[in-house]
Amino acid sequence: MNFDDTPQEAEFRATARAWIAANAPKQYEEELRKSSLGRTVLKNANILDVAKAWQKKKADAGWACLHWPKEYGGRGSSPIERVIWSQEEGPFGQLSRMFIIGHGMCGPTMMAFAREEHKRTYLPPLASGEKVWCQLFSEPAGGSDVAGLRTRAEKDGDDWIVNGQKIWTSGAHYSDYGILLTRTDPTVPKHKGLTMFFLDMKSPGVEVRPIKQASGASDFNEVYFTNVRIPGHQRLGEVGDGWNVSLTTLMNERSAIGAAVSTGFPELFEYCSSLMLDDGPAIEDRAVRSKLANWAVKASGLKYTSMRAISALSKGERPGPENSIGKLVAGSMIQDVATYALDLQGASGVISGEDAELAGRFQAMLLRAPGTRVEGGTDEIMRNIIAERVLGLPGDIRVDKDVPFNKIPTKGRG
Amino acid sequence: MNFDFSDDQKQLRDQARKFLAEKCSPKAVRVVLDGKAPYDKELWKGLAEMGFLGVAIPEEFGGAGAGHLELCVIAEEMGRANAPVPFSSTVYLAAEALLIAGSDAQKKRWLPAIASGEAIGTLALFEGKGNPAPKNVKLTAANGVLNGVKKPVADGAIADFAVVAARTGSSGRDNDISLFLVDLKAGGVEVKNLTNLDPTRGQAEMTFKDCKAEPLGAAGEGWSILTEVLDRAAVLCAFEQVGGADRALEMGRDYALDRIAFGRQIGSFQAVKHMLADMYVSATLARSNSYYGAWALSTNAAELSEAAAAARISATQAFQHCAKNNIQVHGGMGFTWEFDCHMYYRRANAMALGLGSMSYWEDQLIDRMRKKNAA
Ligand SMILES: Cc1cc2nc3c(=O)[nH]c(=O)nc-3n(C[C@H](O)[C@H](O)[C@H](O)COP(=O)(O)OP(=O)(O)OC[C@H]3O[C@@H](n4cnc5c(N)ncnc54)[C@H](O)[C@@H]3O)c2cc1C
Repeated sequence: MNFDDTPQEAEFRATARAWIAANAPKQYEEELRKSSLGRTVLKNANILDVAKAWQKKKADAGWACLHWPKEYGGRGSSPIERVIWSQEEGPFGQLSRMFIIGHGMCGPTMMAFAREEHKRTYLPPLASGEKVWCQLFSEPAGGSDVAGLRTRAEKDGDDWIVNGQKIWTSGAHYSDYGILLTRTDPTVPKHKGLTMFFLDMKSPGVEVRPIKQASGASDFNEVYFTNVRIPGHQRLGEVGDGWNVSLTTLMNERSAIGAAVSTGFPELFEYCSSLMLDDGPAIEDRAVRSKLANWAVKASGLKYTSMRAISALSKGERPGPENSIGKLVAGSMIQDVATYALDLQGASGVISGEDAELAGRFQAMLLRAPGTRVEGGTDEIMRNIIAERVLGLPGDIRVDKDVPFNKIPTKGRG
Repeated sequence: MNFDFSDDQKQLRDQARKFLAEKCSPKAVRVVLDGKAPYDKELWKGLAEMGFLGVAIPEEFGGAGAGHLELCVIAEEMGRANAPVPFSSTVYLAAEALLIAGSDAQKKRWLPAIASGEAIGTLALFEGKGNPAPKNVKLTAANGVLNGVKKPVADGAIADFAVVAARTGSSGRDNDISLFLVDLKAGGVEVKNLTNLDPTRGQAEMTFKDCKAEPLGAAGEGWSILTEVLDRAAVLCAFEQVGGADRALEMGRDYALDRIAFGRQIGSFQAVKHMLADMYVSATLARSNSYYGAWALSTNAAELSEAAAAARISATQAFQHCAKNNIQVHGGMGFTWEFDCHMYYRRANAMALGLGSMSYWEDQLIDRMRKKNAA
């Protein structure tokens, strides 16, 4: 058991560090360091422009999407090198979060299912941030129950014609491409009638409408499809095999480890270390210390769990469903941490934005946190995954599993 | 980086697990639980023969000289098997105190006896209510004799020797405390067995009356030695707790697959699935924190004090959480003496207190994190 770099790793780290020192956009370092809660804001610059410029610079020098093969815009790095890079990249890594859906989910899905010429055409500009991708899965009728989606794709000669609606699509408003899960056969059980495509988001008939989120920001969208034509060669996987293809996407989503999940704990600890309460420093207060200690061990537990996973990866083991615990633990923890930080502020905790304590850092955290517990699979879905795939407990009873999709009763918002 | 045990260490774990499955069945544990024996002597002898008692004791003192990572591996299995032997008091507390502060002669006297299973040791620290703190040590040492009362002392009734914390000064600072080594067979100590939450590991009251004692470590250094002993023991206990948590989770999982209610396996009900998933989460976080503690312990890293507190808190929570929900999954059966669930519940809650309660470790963790951040 050791944390030492091998000579090879040490050399990689030194090279990465030197390159980052010479090239990173340092003028934004402080702002990036302070917005570590899933919402990165730069005051005097457009975050997407800054992110794209940094990503392009990395790609040109061979530091983008490190684990991807070189021919697709990556570096062919080992999992450990990927981790070393993210440690060295530090707060600048936040900028790549703009591309997390493309890099974490769309790219790997393309790699597994697209034709060779498409991989060579589409993957390098995805790696370099020149082209942004989104993931068009969720629909009003199908979120957790992805396979309940209704967007139709119908064959028309060599092409497919798509009609329907997606929802909560992150980044669709600035995306160039998307991967799209559709229903191609409603007469078979729901998991069997799905087909995956990728498409140009500028195609005629695609309409993106931003949705205002509970947090007040607008990061996700509704996307409408009206007779959108997709060439047949942009199909990913077989007709009717879309469920399998989407599972690959979702597995990759969970194994996008390396970048530690944020828990809000370092921010809270720092805050309590300097905060004065009525009776003295917060950090001297028994109740505060107890809260902090309990969150501290969750945060460190997550950190070392991901290190164990990385060690396993580096020995050639595959990432397993146990990686679901990161988001499950961190999601509700961020929410609790933010709630507590505001409680410590007393009545003034209600003030948000620039006038608030620490420019509203914890208020912003509180308002963003509910989304973390829903996006990429809700807490309940994460628990199901752990219970079923790690502990081997029975799957939920599915009353619609063997029923043709068009015979499934519907009610509610769908 | 390699944040995992080595293949050899994993092999040792398999060996220990196999040995304990054979020699330490729940039936064997129950002999002690039901009060028919103070501890499992046969098992203790077997552990000595396997080399498990002296795994972290250097060869020159009769041990295997393997190291603390190996001891962590064995500790986990001891916890998993709920072993009814004075392992933690002898191996984590008494032996570690000797390793840290013992003179060559003291080490030669006691460490080989520990490794061979001939001597059971313990740490006599607590004096009734309260957490580890110099001000809570009232037992006095003067002119080489001790006077005062210690309770609870883990495995005190079966121990052959004790490391005793005593007051040797009145400055009001940590260096008022010194440690002593007492041969309990030599007279001067009255021992009374106390009933306790977990009968598989006894607790005693020890009254020292003009009891002869020899110093362990330098005078006035007692508290700093103790702090290090407690930190080491916190990591080692964390592995026992992780082992216990894992076993409780496994019992709950197996029962959930087995038991049918409303025409279904109860493990198909989400309330039950999610409860088990949460048990897995807490056991996993505890395991990861404990691995970090193991690394710090085995490398004598400066991070040990913080890592030990984190492992302690996390593993205590996980074992308590898994043990209590294991009973819940088992329903009424879980609340019977006949089912094994309560043995883990007892052990979890007893272990939560043995090295000082959660509030003590929470304070330690925060103090240590502050110190690190200030540095
Ligand atoms: C910030 C954010 C970004 C997102 N980005 C994207 C994106 O880029 N692309 C995309 O395709 N989607 C995206 N989503 C959508 C997201 O994947 C879904 O919201 C999510 O999977 C939950 O689905 P739902 O909203 O339909 O909730 P529902 O499925 O309706 O769930 C409602 C409640 O029921 C519970 N529930 C549902 N099924 C079960 C079950 N089987 N067992 C127990 N409980 C259950 C849920 O846990 C939840 O509490 C995003 C969502 C958010 C919040």
